[in-house]
Amino acid sequence: MTTMSNTDFVKRRTAFSTLLTVLSAMASRPSGLVGLILVAFHIVLAIVSPVIAPYDFRELSAQIILNEPSSEHWFGTDNLGRDVFTRTMLGGRQALLVTTISTILAISWGGLLGVLLGLVGGWLDELLMRLVDAFLCLPWILVLLLIVVMVGSGPAVLIPTLGFFYGIPVIRMARAATHDVVALDFVTAARARGEARSTIVRRELLPNVLDVLLVEGAMRWSWMLLAFSSLSFLGFGVAPPTPDWGLMISNARSFMSFAPWAALAPVVALSSLIIGINLSADALAKVLGIDRAQKAPV
Amino acid sequence: MGDPLVQVKNLGIGFTSRAGLILPILRNIDLAIGEGETIGLVGESGCGKSTLALAMMGYLKSGLSVLEGESLFRGRNVFDMDERALEDIRGGELALIPQNAGQSLTPTSRIGRQINESVKLHTRLAKEQRRERVIELLSQVRLPQPQELLHRYPHELSGGQQQRVAIAMALAGEPDVLLLDEPTTGLDVTTQAHILQLLRDLATETGTAMVYVSHDLGAIARVSDRIAVMYAGELVLEGPARQVLKQPAHPYARGLLLSIPRLKEAVVPASMPGRPPLPGGAGQGCGFADRCPMVEQRCRDKRPTLEPTATQEFVRCHFHERVEQLPSPEPPKRPDRSSRDEMDSILQFNDVAISYAKPGIVDQILGRQPNVTPTIDKIDLTIRQGETFGLVGESGSGKSTILRAIAGLLPPQSGTITYEEAESLNASVEQRSNDLLRFVQLIFQNPDASLNPRHTVAEILAQPLKLYFGLGGDELRERSVALLEQVRLRADYLERLPSQLSGGEKQRVAVARAFAAEPKLVLCDEVTSALDVSVQAAVLDLLIQLQVDQGTTYVFVSHDLAVVRALADRVAVLYQGRLCEIGPSENVYRFPSHPYTEVLLGAVLEPDPDAEPTLTAEDVADLFPPARGCPFQRRCPRNIGDICDNETPPWRPAEFGHAIRCHIPLDELRSLQ
Amino acid sequence: MVRLIARRLALGVLTILLVSGIIFVGVEVLPGDSCTAYLGRMAQGKRLDNCRRDFGLERPALTRYGEWALGAVRGDFGVSLKRKTPISETVGTRFRNTIILGVTASIIGVPLAILLGIIAALWRDRPVDLWVSTTAIFAMTIPEFVSSTVLILIFSIWLGWLPGIVTTPHDAPLLEFLSDIILPIVALALVMTAHILRMVRTSVIDVMASDYIQMAQLKGVPYWQMVFKHVLPNAMLPTINLVALTIAWLLGGTVVIEVVFNYPGLGRLMLQAIFFRDLAMVQAIALILATLYVGLNLFADLLTLVANPRLRTMRT
Repeated sequence: MTTMSNTDFVKRRTAFSTLLTVLSAMASRPSGLVGLILVAFHIVLAIVSPVIAPYDFRELSAQIILNEPSSEHWFGTDNLGRDVFTRTMLGGRQALLVTTISTILAISWGGLLGVLLGLVGGWLDELLMRLVDAFLCLPWILVLLLIVVMVGSGPAVLIPTLGFFYGIPVIRMARAATHDVVALDFVTAARARGEARSTIVRRELLPNVLDVLLVEGAMRWSWMLLAFSSLSFLGFGVAPPTPDWGLMISNARSFMSFAPWAALAPVVALSSLIIGINLSADALAKVLGIDRAQKAPV
Repeated sequence: MGDPLVQVKNLGIGFTSRAGLILPILRNIDLAIGEGETIGLVGESGCGKSTLALAMMGYLKSGLSVLEGESLFRGRNVFDMDERALEDIRGGELALIPQNAGQSLTPTSRIGRQINESVKLHTRLAKEQRRERVIELLSQVRLPQPQELLHRYPHELSGGQQQRVAIAMALAGEPDVLLLDEPTTGLDVTTQAHILQLLRDLATETGTAMVYVSHDLGAIARVSDRIAVMYAGELVLEGPARQVLKQPAHPYARGLLLSIPRLKEAVVPASMPGRPPLPGGAGQGCGFADRCPMVEQRCRDKRPTLEPTATQEFVRCHFHERVEQLPSPEPPKRPDRSSRDEMDSILQFNDVAISYAKPGIVDQILGRQPNVTPTIDKIDLTIRQGETFGLVGESGSGKSTILRAIAGLLPPQSGTITYEEAESLNASVEQRSNDLLRFVQLIFQNPDASLNPRHTVAEILAQPLKLYFGLGGDELRERSVALLEQVRLRADYLERLPSQLSGGEKQRVAVARAFAAEPKLVLCDEVTSALDVSVQAAVLDLLIQLQVDQGTTYVFVSHDLAVVRALADRVAVLYQGRLCEIGPSENVYRFPSHPYTEVLLGAVLEPDPDAEPTLTAEDVADLFPPARGCPFQRRCPRNIGDICDNETPPWRPAEFGHAIRCHIPLDELRSLQ
Repeated sequence: MVRLIARRLALGVLTILLVSGIIFVGVEVLPGDSCTAYLGRMAQGKRLDNCRRDFGLERPALTRYGEWALGAVRGDFGVSLKRKTPISETVGTRFRNTIILGVTASIIGVPLAILLGIIAALWRDRPVDLWVSTTAIFAMTIPEFVSSTVLILIFSIWLGWLPGIVTTPHDAPLLEFLSDIILPIVALALVMTAHILRMVRTSVIDVMASDYIQMAQLKGVPYWQMVFKHVLPNAMLPTINLVALTIAWLLGGTVVIEVVFNYPGLGRLMLQAIFFRDLAMVQAIALILATLYVGLNLFADLLTLVANPRLRTMRT
């Protein structure tokens, strides 16, 4: 008989194997498959694009302004003579970087606080819920814009800001999910056994609330991208000359009638990523058995 | 006998699995229902009885399809009929009374409107006449104040009332056949008895045929002329009710009847090993082969067909003549009770009151408790080491609350709970010593909710072992395997998740988890109520075994009097959180009894065609205990007036520690009952 | 019932109060104040002190908050440092314009969304549903500035039917706006409809799977009668709240649409105010939008209270 250590025996199901199972379940649905492919594509693109891009994104050239797509410039050039293909390839990097980190931040702090509130209840819970409700009344874009204008733009400001504000609705959701789980007998069993509160949160609550948080995280990610690119579009996000889809679309607006390619490429790029994330989130929800239906956007 | 109204011919229904296999839910069903007769369709979960009942109406849940055969209604195959024809007969000639009436009534529509809808669809009455008919129907199902009820919404009614509305709705079309899908599941014992009586009366009054689907043989025994037993999607036995109940010709039916605990004997019923095959898992032979006490090779090779017997039955067994010669099963060994009176007390309640009401802000400032009638009040009892103490009552009686107080999840408002005459259990979980936490363990009712769906069995068992004994590594594994063995599960169950286990298996894991702590006191909160009857027998047997081996004390809570009878040495009867009667089980289950105990005993349904339940209490639920006097005052058929309403009844002691709390003296009770 | 309504109203008022507090505190916390913003590079020394004294900025925060809040209730938000005119004047017409946009988009979008959502659910997984759902997903996920841009491209540049940019001045009477606002309304309605459609669809599908619908079928209720009398009333209940939330949320984000179309509404004003660091204006707009949100939510809750039999008959 082989001897097994406690860790191997109890933790045989690793996070990785569960991840693989979930991913393959998602991929078995056509919409999920499409979504996963799109997301994977964009992530890979964001990582390798600086290496494989044909041109320098800053390279200006007065001679080739607004050229149509050709064999040298596959997506044509923009109003400053820059290669649209390169800029499109690189355009998602900032967006993905900022939004991915912000999403993780938002889910972490919102989720943790929500779980704690759901467990503790009492006057603190009441108070914080009123505050959450109040915060949710504020028009998000106004708040984001204000902060960016007064404090400064760039990832250092955007990441914590997006992370904070988009974490607020997560609190509510995690709290509701916690209420559902706490009502179940196995949590009562753990309490009756005398398990420490932190153990109960860690072992009983979190694994069961995680599903909901993951799906929520996927949706948050797509909202963040929307917010980020809207900010860029309005001129308050990424600073030129760094390429960014929102910024590119904004620039290209003035020339749309005679040079649509400069706008088309980033439009397709941005839309495909967001759609990919949404499809994946839907597939994830179905795989994990979560009813995401009755959720308003916030 | 004329042509049968409903005739099922060789019906097979199944679904296609993800892997593309066709898995049958029902196989070769042949059944005929004639005018005016009541057939009981009985079987445990997963046997396909509900699917069959719905199929008789031509209805298949999504994903299911007819594999072979047909189901005829008045000679026409329902599966060939078009939508219009089906709409005509459904609710009209063939009506369904659903399982959970509360969820089967449209929440946004008033009762009157919903019943009127049925009347309108299936009769030709004019508007005014329809209204009268609705009121008539509501009266027919014995609902009070029908004119008022018309305007109510379903959620405003109690469970019993909702069920009666469902019955009224079904009768609206003056059907020839009623299909009842577990109509009394989830209802209180008294309500259930009332509804069954109603159904029997209706059947005789209107001459409607009924198909009564249930897992509860007691209910079936009460209403059926004929009984059909189903197992793993097949009909294994069919015959006159009396015959099937007294001398079942199929080993499964026999095993099923034997696994039902009876009121008369304090015996844990025998259990059948194994579990039913999954759809498509039956193979070539008889589906019951793996569990049958008289199985032979022929059973595994060839599937038996339904054969008629000399006693007007149809049975699906190669060796059905041998069934009556099977020996009676050995009752499991019980712990030695002879010295019980000298045993030390392990738990003592002294004038305990418990309340869920929390102090409001004003109360907190003034430092006082809220002035509300407590949920549980005036509990005095002693539980001795090594015994099984039964706590009986219907829902709302507070029995779970008491268990939670013992476990420290809820502090008593006043009074003390003492453990082993030394430590107080008033402290909540956070304040208790590790030892105390270990000695008192809880097992819950719902196996689905009591195990964390994300943990494997190994992780579930590891928790108490790590918490109380600090075990790890090999020791942990060895101990876990030993625990599984004790609950008769193989070691390979360690890697499974709860979703991969059956209800009975999950409950066993819950038992193993409780015993991992090596407790002295195990609190069982309706632990078998959510299980099939045969699975229940196995779990009860297991509990007794563990008690014999380890001398554990049980506090066993249940609403099922027969189960408590089988297990408990002493019993206390609770009503609305107050004790009514307490004593050794033989004495409590005999007369004289507290009037409430009398009602409870009278409402129990035994699978005995000769037993007639006696109805004595009103089928009205008490939502909260009265502020003064006897808790049972509002429903007691022996209420003697003001004294019952105003003064707390005294304890009247009888022999062996039996006591009844009533204003009526014992001798009088004895002569009345 | 009355108690429930009263409680809900009180909650709404409390929320608005809290929001006003958050807005005020938020603006205070940000680096700089109205004067530093207004004076820009010249914000130092004597000029700064004078400015602050003129506008009472050195008084304690609580006093300033109180004054602002009380003024807001009366509709007086103070004076914009940048424009030197009362804020309420500037905001007034633009508020009207945004409301027109929102209301018209809702009037078109909500009924359309409900209809399409129901159709998609009843013919689930058939071609109709696939078309509708896919289009909805696209409309939902594509950022508003993208869809607006595409709309302009198609209808204004290629087809030349409608103006792509609004040139009518902000305080012009309503009628002059009408042709200008068709594209912005379509852009807003598109997103709105997509969100609401999906919610309605899911709600109807859930209800169709419920026990009481199965019971209705087994009672012999014909399909369409079942849909209208049993499915829809139950499916629409949870939708009320969601519709209101969606509308409110979208209104908060109209700024993008207004920028693309140059529409003179509150959103574009907000952008300008932020850009010019006109803090008083920003505060005012934030409060107005937040109040709008709370109001819509309140309305939805009250509507649900009245429509849902379970809540109607609840005893508090």
